[in-house]
Amino acid sequence: MSVLNSKIPAGPLADKWKNHKNSIRLVNPANKRSIDVIVVGTGLAGASAAASLAEMGYKVKAFCFQDSPRRAHSIAAQGGINAAKNYRNDGDSVHRLFYDTIKGGDYRSREANVHRLAEVSVNIIDQCVAQGVPFAREYGGLLDNRSFGGVQVSRTFYAKGQTGQQLLLGAYSALSRQVSAGQVKMYHRHEMLDVVMVDGKARGIIARNLVTGELERHSAHAVLLCTGGYGNVFFLSTNAMGSNVTATWKAHRKGAYFANPCFTQIHPTCIPVSGDYQSKLTLMSESLRNDGRIWVPQKQNDQRRPVDIPEEERDYYLERRYPAFGNLVPRDVASRAAKERCDAGYGVGQSKMAVYLDYASAIQRYGTLEANKMGESQPSVQRITELGTQVVASKYGNLFEMYAKITGDNPYETPMRIYPAVHYTMGGLWVDYNLMSNLPGLFVLGEANFSDHGANRLGASALMQGLADGYFVVPYTLGDYLADDIQTGNISTQHPAFDEAEGAVQEQISRIMNIKGSKSVDFFHKALGKIMWDKCGMARSEEGLKQAISEIQALRTEFYAQVRVPGSASEMNPELEKAIRVADFLELGELMCYDALNRNESCGGHFREEYQTEDGEALRDDTDFAYVAAWEYGQGNSPILHKEDLNFENVKPSTRSYK
Amino acid sequence: MRLNLKIWRQKGPKANGKMVDYTLNEVNPEMSFLEMMDVLNQQLVDEGDEPVAFDHDCREGICGMCSMFINGRAHGPMTGTTTCQLHMRHFNDGDTIVIEPWRASAFPVIKDLMVDRSAFDRVIQAGGYISVNTGSAPDANSLPIPKQNADMAFDAATCIGCGACVATCKNASAMLFVGAKVSQLSLLPQGQPEREERAIRMVEQMDKEGFGNCTNTGACEVECPKGISIENIARLNREYLRAKVVQK
Repeated sequence: MSVLNSKIPAGPLADKWKNHKNSIRLVNPANKRSIDVIVVGTGLAGASAAASLAEMGYKVKAFCFQDSPRRAHSIAAQGGINAAKNYRNDGDSVHRLFYDTIKGGDYRSREANVHRLAEVSVNIIDQCVAQGVPFAREYGGLLDNRSFGGVQVSRTFYAKGQTGQQLLLGAYSALSRQVSAGQVKMYHRHEMLDVVMVDGKARGIIARNLVTGELERHSAHAVLLCTGGYGNVFFLSTNAMGSNVTATWKAHRKGAYFANPCFTQIHPTCIPVSGDYQSKLTLMSESLRNDGRIWVPQKQNDQRRPVDIPEEERDYYLERRYPAFGNLVPRDVASRAAKERCDAGYGVGQSKMAVYLDYASAIQRYGTLEANKMGESQPSVQRITELGTQVVASKYGNLFEMYAKITGDNPYETPMRIYPAVHYTMGGLWVDYNLMSNLPGLFVLGEANFSDHGANRLGASALMQGLADGYFVVPYTLGDYLADDIQTGNISTQHPAFDEAEGAVQEQISRIMNIKGSKSVDFFHKALGKIMWDKCGMARSEEGLKQAISEIQALRTEFYAQVRVPGSASEMNPELEKAIRVADFLELGELMCYDALNRNESCGGHFREEYQTEDGEALRDDTDFAYVAAWEYGQGNSPILHKEDLNFENVKPSTRSYK
Repeated sequence: MRLNLKIWRQKGPKANGKMVDYTLNEVNPEMSFLEMMDVLNQQLVDEGDEPVAFDHDCREGICGMCSMFINGRAHGPMTGTTTCQLHMRHFNDGDTIVIEPWRASAFPVIKDLMVDRSAFDRVIQAGGYISVNTGSAPDANSLPIPKQNADMAFDAATCIGCGACVATCKNASAMLFVGAKVSQLSLLPQGQPEREERAIRMVEQMDKEGFGNCTNTGACEVECPKGISIENIARLNREYLRAKVVQK
């Protein structure tokens, strides 16, 4: 019998959430006023949760390490947000969004959670529009949509290539309103360094004021971690420089289970690495695959300029291998296909580790349509190109500009060079249906939890999940937990548990400051990233993972002997911040390898070389691995595995085919 | 390429700062400006010195965290570009680059090139929102909005809150920042009920934070990495005046 109780409500799938909402306990308005809630992280999940809970009357304290809650990395999401509105009349429905997400996740997510996500998706769009989020519209004044990978309907709402920015600023405005109403106390430039457990319940955090270096104690009746993903364990990723695993890792060390850590998403369309100095990778939105076509030359080492390679000498490998979905196959499939072509020697660019994303035919197609609309008969090729370029610029202008700034090339005239990069992490802290971890009172929202995306996330679903958790799930489920706390009263920060937690944080900081070694934090972070990318990246093998584990252990030992953090701990010290985060990445990386080693199958973003079909597709094993791997922190090198079986009662797991 | 850097170093909010010279010998033109700063910091750590503190996060031009006054210009010499998106190919071998923090009394220095921009948050808290509680929204398509208005609102809403407008303005005025938010919400039907109160409260807070007045030099528009139009300042003035009239 598993120790994990997912608390999935009984009843038919489509009624679970409705029935659950009707039967869980509530906290009355007067009692909410005496209950404190801590929200760590102010991205889509955190800002929406903090704002919604404050509106309901809870006293909220919100924390972010950036200089303002508006800077959280949700802001960088480009393409869009899914919702089963069926405004296109193209056959979309809650069930289809549910089905696409379960299938896209390669049957490694919970049916009940995913169905709820699809149900509330429609409310999210309503809420955001009411807040003044300026989504793209058609000339009739109604909302526009586009398509994303892995689906055959147009259900993605967007605001040019800046959808995340607009959604986050919407949530930030709702949060700001509650700050001014006195319902939220905002702590910016504060980093959570431990969760405090009092009598078995999460009752507070230890946070470091990053400006003064002081450690602060904050108590509450419940703690919500909305701290994003851990893609920066790879050093190079599309995450922001500050994105880190520290909050969830500290919770893991306190007993919270970490689920499916090896499920990482490698995004197929990113700007390739250009040199050793590279600090991060930049995504080119998946929305570009709506209109762009991906190809490599049919000849290895073709030195011609891409525009000089004739059509019949190009290999549009996605259209060739996956005719039904073509360039819009899911991310994991597109990434592996790019890697396959490059490994086989067909890559382009100086590094030969890139493929082309080409807009020439889209420009021609849009240009011709535009000329027709304007009644221009027999327009010249030049005119068509001009009109087509205008249409493409109106849809993707900011992305094209970003590409031009970074590479110095003009993507309207020559195809973009792209290659897969680490983008998102489906794994995260284990949570039940109520989004509570196995630690009572510790809730986990958004990318920081594991629950909705299985082994692969579909495009435009992260924004959906972050806002679903924050606006429409946790405001209900938190009440059910807090109903026991209406008479608890203030939680004292003088409790011995706070002394102990603060002492441990202080000790860790002193230890790191006192090493005074000879190597920078970045040296270790880069070394870890290389191990992870080479051995726990797009392709994994038993041999490689075992090597990675011993290499990470050695690197960790070296870190604690050789790292140098200049300055002091009692001031603004960005090197110290990085060192604390990298110390946690050095532990997480090892756990990811254990998880990847344990999962003897290929599914979604997890590809084990030993488990593939003859034509190189992932070979899933539903008999032995249809479970969530939830890891308990083990002292030393022995994490303990707990399994939550995944039961598919409404969809039958089948081989995922996009052919 | 080889670069000479003159960088503002300041230990803390109350300490005196000064310009300090550094030399970098191997700068790759493909690097971003912040990657060049990473290389400098690596060199400083290797030499046992303290690295230069600067704000940065997404490094893709959208979070608004990076700042830096480079050779006398907010976010450096290229228009429409944040510091993180500025690349070294726009500089030449042997160049001297002067790097300072944003300078405005409403943005006090925290350390080196890092400043405190929480005044912007307080301006938004004063009214940069639509008062709608979670769960009470009508169907999104029940409210058609002319595309032109939606597009103008979007353009205003692309402000990243970096503060380049303030840093550039000789009066350290925040009118472009405030104008962008007031415009976005006043252009949309959802923003109408609180239109007057919003304009008045945001302007009051802006004044309280110590931002200066606008004298229409237009420098903010030139330096804004997102190309926010100065029309938004005109709209803010109109909204403010209208609010004052309506209020009376």
